[in-house]
Amino acid sequence: MQTTLSINGTEHRLDLDTRVTLLDALRDHLGLCGSKKGCDHGQCGACTVLVGGRRINACLTLAVMHDGDEITTVEGLAEGADGGLSPLQRAFITHDGFQCGYCTPGQLCSATGMLGELAEGWPSHASADLDGNYELSQEELSERMSGNICRCSCYPGINAAIRDAAGAEGRK
Amino acid sequence: MYAFEFERPGSLDAAVKALQEEDAQALGGGQTLIPTLKQRLAMPSKLVSLKGIAELQGIAQEGDVLKVGGGSTHGAVARETKGIFAGLSLMASKIGDPAVRNRGTMGGSLANNDPAACYPAALMATRGTVVTNTREIAAEEYFQGLFTTALEEGEIITSIRFPLPEKSNYQKFEQPASRFPLVGVFVAKYGDRVGVGVTGASEDGVFAWKEAEEALAGNFAPEAVDDLWVSAEGMMSDLHGTAEYRAHLVKVMTKRAVAAAE
Ligand SMILES: Cc1cc2nc3c(=O)[nH]c(=O)nc-3n(C[C@H](O)[C@H](O)[C@H](O)COP(=O)(O)OP(=O)(O)OC[C@H]3O[C@@H](n4cnc5c(N)ncnc54)[C@H](O)[C@@H]3O)c2cc1C
Ligand code: FES
Ligand code: FES
Repeated sequence: MQTTLSINGTEHRLDLDTRVTLLDALRDHLGLCGSKKGCDHGQCGACTVLVGGRRINACLTLAVMHDGDEITTVEGLAEGADGGLSPLQRAFITHDGFQCGYCTPGQLCSATGMLGELAEGWPSHASADLDGNYELSQEELSERMSGNICRCSCYPGINAAIRDAAGAEGRK
Repeated sequence: MYAFEFERPGSLDAAVKALQEEDAQALGGGQTLIPTLKQRLAMPSKLVSLKGIAELQGIAQEGDVLKVGGGSTHGAVARETKGIFAGLSLMASKIGDPAVRNRGTMGGSLANNDPAACYPAALMATRGTVVTNTREIAAEEYFQGLFTTALEEGEIITSIRFPLPEKSNYQKFEQPASRFPLVGVFVAKYGDRVGVGVTGASEDGVFAWKEAEEALAGNFAPEAVDDLWVSAEGMMSDLHGTAEYRAHLVKVMTKRAVAAAE
């Protein structure tokens, strides 16, 4: 089936079997192997990408469902023509937000989406009030990043990196 | 996955038509159906995506009823019902994780009717109504056991209507690995009645705990159910919890929901 995906600003016209997930289209058909396959069942978050700025699990969606959509993968997070890392990516390095790195692309895409949600004033289950001004307390952060599992349990570094990039205190 | 065709109609009429084909199946957010297809537990000839249909979107208060479009994502429900219907917003905000909530829909969850799904408890407690492309179905007629509903082949949930309660709350005892409810209880208090919807517990799927509803209608306080007892007969039993344990949790979660209702 003919499908056009706009990935990191570039249009790709693909002829795909309807069964190909967005994750497999990225990895196997476009060679964008940054997005990882952990569970393939929506439970680990390793495959998180942004569709129209919103984070979703690429393993739980079919590529043909995204004809015409704007997709951002970890390869597209680096900003500028020189491909310089985004502040969030730099913060992950500064704070050692990974060990094996398998969950990292998903963590980065998810946190990028999450910071966008925060900027738009989306509350979470952990938010005490609804004034749209949410500080990234430990509880808020854990709740908002609950879809991304790190098997190496690098959460202290991941949390510090996200807080740092959010402009909050880099508390550990 | 077995092979299937794919269609994304732009209107409800076109979707209804596409679903008339033999073994065609609706596709909401895919958060349940895609894993099911991967396990080869379903073999649709065609998937009809409901994502492009404007008629299935929108969450709005209409007098003392909240109307939720069948294609509303859990994330949208969580955000847009906050301040209108506290219990439903709380429930939606705890389904899965943010990525699942950005895709999964209320129509998909209710059509699937997983015995541990959250929304059925809210629909049952409020005695809400499922609105489809052809008719309206009351909660008590809608749910017909595990993964079974009153929906006909090809029928589409266009919206869900919840009578707005004065107070409500949902208490979910999470199965820690999946975060699905081991037992979940939704309590809705109205001027003249109280609804108690229980999910995750019974072998017949969601149910209204009627004894508790009566007791709470007289006295909306956790103690009102102290003398009631939930039988373990007909409760689900698996490695996560025995039937007796689930029966016990029904009462505990009901009391917590009443105490927390707002
Ligand atoms: C990691 C994870 C955690 C989860 N945790 C929870 C949880 O805690 N609680 C919970 O309740 N759920 C949970 N879910 C399930 C989630 O809520 C699903 O989104 C939901 O069950 C299905 O909605 P969907 O839109 O994705 O439907 P789909 O998967 O697209 O479809 C499911 C079924 O509904 C049918 N269908 C879809 N839309 C309609 C419609 N409008 N009219 C008629 N039929 C329709 C389809 O044909 C299919 O049979 C979880 C899922 C995942 C992946
Ligand atoms: S690979 Fe998609 S969530 Fe695990
Ligand atoms: S760094 Fe290894 S899984 Fe997160």
